Amino acid sequence: MSFTLPDLPYAHDALQPFMSKETLEYHHDKHHLAYVNNGNNAIKGTEFEGKSLEEIVKGSYGKNPAVFNNAGQHYNHLHFWKWMKPNGGGKIPGALEKAIVDAFGSVDKFKEDFVAAGVGQFGSGWAWLEVKGGKLAVSKTPNGESPLVNGATPILGVDVWEHSYYIDYRNRRPDYLKAFLESLVNWEYVAELYDAAKA
Amino acid sequence: MTEFTALSRRGALRLGAAVLTIAAAPKVWAQAAAPAAPTGPFSLPKRSYEANALEPHIDAQTMDIHYNRHHAAYVAALNNAAKDNGVIAKASLADLLADLGQLPDNLRTVVRNNGGGHANHSMFWEVMGPGAGGAPGGDLAAAITRDLGGFDKFKADFEAAGLRVFGSGWVFVTVDRGGRLAVLPRPNQDSPLMEKQLVLFGNDVWEHAYYLKYQNRRADYLKSWWNVVDWSKIGARYAAAKAGTLAI
Repeated sequence: MSFTLPDLPYAHDALQPFMSKETLEYHHDKHHLAYVNNGNNAIKGTEFEGKSLEEIVKGSYGKNPAVFNNAGQHYNHLHFWKWMKPNGGGKIPGALEKAIVDAFGSVDKFKEDFVAAGVGQFGSGWAWLEVKGGKLAVSKTPNGESPLVNGATPILGVDVWEHSYYIDYRNRRPDYLKAFLESLVNWEYVAELYDAAKA
Repeated sequence: MTEFTALSRRGALRLGAAVLTIAAAPKVWAQAAAPAAPTGPFSLPKRSYEANALEPHIDAQTMDIHYNRHHAAYVAALNNAAKDNGVIAKASLADLLADLGQLPDNLRTVVRNNGGGHANHSMFWEVMGPGAGGAPGGDLAAAITRDLGGFDKFKADFEAAGLRVFGSGWVFVTVDRGGRLAVLPRPNQDSPLMEKQLVLFGNDVWEHAYYLKYQNRRADYLKSWWNVVDWSKIGARYAAAKAGTLAI
């Protein structure tokens, strides 16, 4: 099954002013497309041909950087677009909110930890809310890695590669992370992934 | 860093603070607080040209943010670490990076990232300049032919290595005391100095180095960069490496 670039689930300008049309045009139409194309080329003729994306990500990690980097980023970006929506942020669905409070003490403490993970990821990478061993945790990973390679399931992730925020926020990564949490997160999709991870 | 070795640390500190103050004029992008002027043993080195001097190859805004925000943040974080540790406060940057193992666990990564960032960027400003480009001469040109297959092949290999860095990082040319050269990519702010190798020069392939002008087109940035490479500065660094006086 070869990779294909999904359409954005909203218009390119739908996340303004928190994420610009220009950022999404480059990020989705150029960067994500490059991961799709480079991934398809790297997989050709390897043991990964015909496997599911998650199998490819887990199986190529630490073994085949060309396959892993592109498959990992394809996986991360597939979800990233769905982790955002116009007029996002806001209220977290009840069961997930309760789980977040149980795990972190409060929603504010979770947000603080999530921003700290994003700021603390030195260089390109991602910050995550993951389910590991049935429990919620915040983590960070470099480049194209994700909680999948650490035996966890990501339910929310934010891209902290500079290409994700440099046009709109320049060097101000903390401002981007705060805007992501307050105004962009699609909590219904996060809750859906949480339920699936718990099941 | 041949240009700056003559400056005392105190002198360099004053210079760095002055540069930071002048450049802190309000701009559209300057909404976030700039890192505080460095208070400690490390400071931004003076850049010998204006932010717009490398146009059109590197735009003024990129140069400004890169120097006054990104590099300044590495310096500030390094000074912050120096407050807690006498070794960091007293050692030279080159010595610190060459022996990260001597640092306690909680400071090793801080110095690796921010000390590496400070060294890499100090070198980066030094090896670029206005009216530059062209080709190296003298024994540097001969060494490029001998060790890297000639100038054209070297440029193609260097660009390819820069393109292959996945995510943030650098592509360097290292030099040893015998004048031998090699191309060496490294992730994030890692420096060949951390492997006890000398850096002749290098190009920054973090997206912040090129995104405002080149966006996803890193290959175009790498190709364009040769127009701002100052081969006379690199020639001086090459001579210093062979003389044993090249630090960072």
